[in-house]
Amino acid sequence: MTTQDVVLHPQAIIDELKKNNFTHVVWLPDSETNFMYQLLTSEPSLDLVPVCREGETMAIAAGLWVGGKKPVVLIQNTGIFESGDSIRGLGLDVNQPLVMLVGYRGWSRHGITTDSAARFIEHILHAWGMTYYLIETDEDAGRITTALEEAERTQKPVAVLVGTEFGA
Amino acid sequence: MINNTDAVKLLDGKRGDSVFVATMNANNVQFGLPTVTTNEDMDFPLSGAMGKASSVALGLALAQPQRKIMVLDGDGSLLMNLGTIVTLANKSPSNLYHFLFDNGVYAVTGGQPVPGSGRTDWELMGKAAGYAATFSFDDLEDLTTRIDEVLATKGPVFIRLAIVPQIENTAVQFRPQASRSVLTAFKELPQKLANG
Repeated sequence: MTTQDVVLHPQAIIDELKKNNFTHVVWLPDSETNFMYQLLTSEPSLDLVPVCREGETMAIAAGLWVGGKKPVVLIQNTGIFESGDSIRGLGLDVNQPLVMLVGYRGWSRHGITTDSAARFIEHILHAWGMTYYLIETDEDAGRITTALEEAERTQKPVAVLVGTEFGA
Repeated sequence: MINNTDAVKLLDGKRGDSVFVATMNANNVQFGLPTVTTNEDMDFPLSGAMGKASSVALGLALAQPQRKIMVLDGDGSLLMNLGTIVTLANKSPSNLYHFLFDNGVYAVTGGQPVPGSGRTDWELMGKAAGYAATFSFDDLEDLTTRIDEVLATKGPVFIRLAIVPQIENTAVQFRPQASRSVLTAFKELPQKLANG
């Protein structure tokens, strides 16, 4: 496997979003998704909805979904912690089939994970009974489609953990 | 100051095919929107949403740009999610009307004053956040006189209403339940809106 093979390019994510006809990306930037910003702003099929705090994202997505659109949320795992009541009340309780792309800050397959944002996130998702998938390379990007299918089948939010910073 | 029921009744009379995203006192079962609504199918009750009514409304407004979306918000609610006014103004949906029911208290928890009660200038907050237009009304006569002007103004519009506090002291378990729940709205509204 070459170095190129193990990189996650933002274009791979954008291609998945376009393939699945997502209409809006509701997000708060983080270091894991930094390279995606320019691509998102230049992609006419995706309307970017920047927020001030992550808990807004699930609520805005709920309104978009009720209004007939297909939003995706893009935040960091730290934002998931902040968003607890929105995920409960406007995701899980109201059966919103929402895909949430979550920057997996602190995650590493190598060595010891010291960042509590990484140590806690999967436990939190388990506590809510939420399904989640992990993507680390371009080859994994198809798991966004899997997550969407799961969200629509179960009528529940599904998380996709982005386990690496994007390659340029 | 304006009586809560009078305010929602006036707005309901102007609604047309608008969606009302209503929370807290504006959505109170005994003196809020449920007592006066003339189009319950287009009511989106969001009590208990921890200040996210305007966020849901923003999503709706972006998804349904040809339809007026009216948020009936509370001051305590908005304080829980204050960044929303900047988020909303930034996307600037021209069809969104954000009514703030400013009663100065957490009415559903016994009437404790909200932070900044009587001190915060809400209209200025809306203006500073970047809403296309802002209004503030202290009495029903002025609101009645100018409501058509408000709703003819290109949004997003922020409208602060000085509302008479109506405090809930009945234990939550003994309060009457709304006939239309949050879950019902989430189940029924997508189809209703899709049908025009």
